[in-house]
Amino acid sequence: MNPEVVLPIIIPLLAGALTLAFWRSTFYQRWITLIAAVGLLAAGVSLLQSTRESGYVVMQMGGWQAPFGITIVADLLSAIMIVLTGIIGLAIAIYSMVATPQRHQQFGYFPLMHLLLAGVAGSFLAGDIFNLFVWFEVMLLASFALLTLGGERAQMEGAIKYVTLNLFSSAIFLSAIGLLYGMVGTLNMADIGDKLSQVEHTGMVNVLALMFLISFGIKAAAFPLFFWLPASYHTPLVGVSALFAGLLTKVGVYALYRVYTLIFIGDTGYTHTILLWIAALTMLTGVLGAAAQFEFRRILSFHIVSQIGYMLLGLALFTPLAIIGGVFYIMHHIIVKTNLFLISGVVYRLLGSYDLKQLGGVYKHRPGIAVLFLIPALSLAGLPPLSGFFAKFLVIRAGLEVEAWVATAVALLVGLLTLYSMIKIWAEVFWKQVPEGVDSALLRGQKSDRSLWILLMPIIGLNVCTLYIGLNGQPIYELASDAADQLLNPSAYIEAVLGERS
Amino acid sequence: MESLMAYVIGVLFAAAIYMMLRRSIVKLVIGLIILSNAANLLIFAVSGMTRGAPPLIPEGAAVPLGPVADPLPQALILTAIVIAFGVLAFAVVLIHRAYEVVGNDDLDQMQDTDT
Repeated sequence: MNPEVVLPIIIPLLAGALTLAFWRSTFYQRWITLIAAVGLLAAGVSLLQSTRESGYVVMQMGGWQAPFGITIVADLLSAIMIVLTGIIGLAIAIYSMVATPQRHQQFGYFPLMHLLLAGVAGSFLAGDIFNLFVWFEVMLLASFALLTLGGERAQMEGAIKYVTLNLFSSAIFLSAIGLLYGMVGTLNMADIGDKLSQVEHTGMVNVLALMFLISFGIKAAAFPLFFWLPASYHTPLVGVSALFAGLLTKVGVYALYRVYTLIFIGDTGYTHTILLWIAALTMLTGVLGAAAQFEFRRILSFHIVSQIGYMLLGLALFTPLAIIGGVFYIMHHIIVKTNLFLISGVVYRLLGSYDLKQLGGVYKHRPGIAVLFLIPALSLAGLPPLSGFFAKFLVIRAGLEVEAWVATAVALLVGLLTLYSMIKIWAEVFWKQVPEGVDSALLRGQKSDRSLWILLMPIIGLNVCTLYIGLNGQPIYELASDAADQLLNPSAYIEAVLGERS
Repeated sequence: MESLMAYVIGVLFAAAIYMMLRRSIVKLVIGLIILSNAANLLIFAVSGMTRGAPPLIPEGAAVPLGPVADPLPQALILTAIVIAFGVLAFAVVLIHRAYEVVGNDDLDQMQDTDT
């Protein structure tokens, strides 16, 4: 019995219910949100401590022994993801306190945000594959509502693409669960891994592996299934964009890491080669898509796609160093990406546009904000000594070690093109003069905006995290290394969940 | 029975994907509804169909006598139906709202967010 492992799910669920109870008072909703976000982060940190001490924290719901009941289990990767969820949740909670228009707050912005966080945390902690499906749906439904909150034309169009492809992915996921259950007769992921390692590896296992790959690939926005992401992520409120950018696709990546290290490890020559190609093409198409864009959030959206490729590359290479690199990359990416979206929101507040051609002059009038952008942007491109450098370095070095030349070359090229994109934003938004006809009173400080410093707080906090990961890489590397050890040793996971067997 | 179900499920999947590929958003949602039903039936069919053997344990016995139907897939399907119901209800509202905002039910007219 380890009740602490369910706290990261219960806290946001409870906060969601409480904020619903205070439907009329957005004041209380804001403060409940803030307290719950701090609570989620604290629960995540304490869970990380426990997993570092004992390796796995397992709880069998309702006292039903695995594999019969539903298992909630945290290993190091889960705990790391929960901590990151807490960090992002807190950053978005602070940001949303002033950035979310009253109209959106009155239509349930905060309850939806909590339900989304509960779904994300549940997905990270689920030890049962059907339970994972249920948490996915909790997360998706909340994300549908958040995406369409406001009801503008672009949101509707983006949402139709987002909803359709995600529902399609859920249907494939469900079918794959059904087929898997028909084959091994169990839903507990540890038990499935155990049983599949004993059955004769037929073609059916590979078919299932690819069904999971398609389903999670859609959620993770991998090539060629990513088209819903750049079509929808730039349409909602910036807080929602940032939340989605940080967490949602990473749930797909996490699910891929889970099933491809625990369940489908019998024929890695087949499955992980496909993953390798997908990873390389994801990186390349994402970054090329970004190069063609001139809208702040769309550029960042396409970069999510290309960065997902690096994480998949870590999984596809499937060596200890590659998995370490992948886990490191996820940690770095979640923080940096959310941060960049938040900064795009601040720039929008100052100049009233996301179009690069309508922006400019931020460096001249607000050099502080320019620096706050430059740190995550260069980190995303992978310049030393920032966090992205170490993440890229680990993945690329792992690629060189197993002589995956093409994928490694693509990874290096994509790093360069990412730098190009970031420099494009830098030159257009920060260096260029303010374009004519743009109201820049707020930017010049002629009009005061007292809430601006609250908006900058989470951005500064996330910048500190980026710098910490970059400048103090060793403990983070060790954490990622321990997590990778666990991922590459599925028998320990199976033993922790199912208990000692004779 | 199983082979008949297999054909039915196959046809349902094909019909769902055909509907989703059409341009009207209403047909898109119909496709999604059929798709979720096809997935549910697939779970039902692959986990083994047993007739007339409810999973009941007679009084005094510890285990059921003889082979019984597996109740778990039915629980899964029930959960999946409820989830699909909620999600599809949202999708119906979404297309209605999209129709109001765009003034058209043609997916090809919804290209504002394309590159």
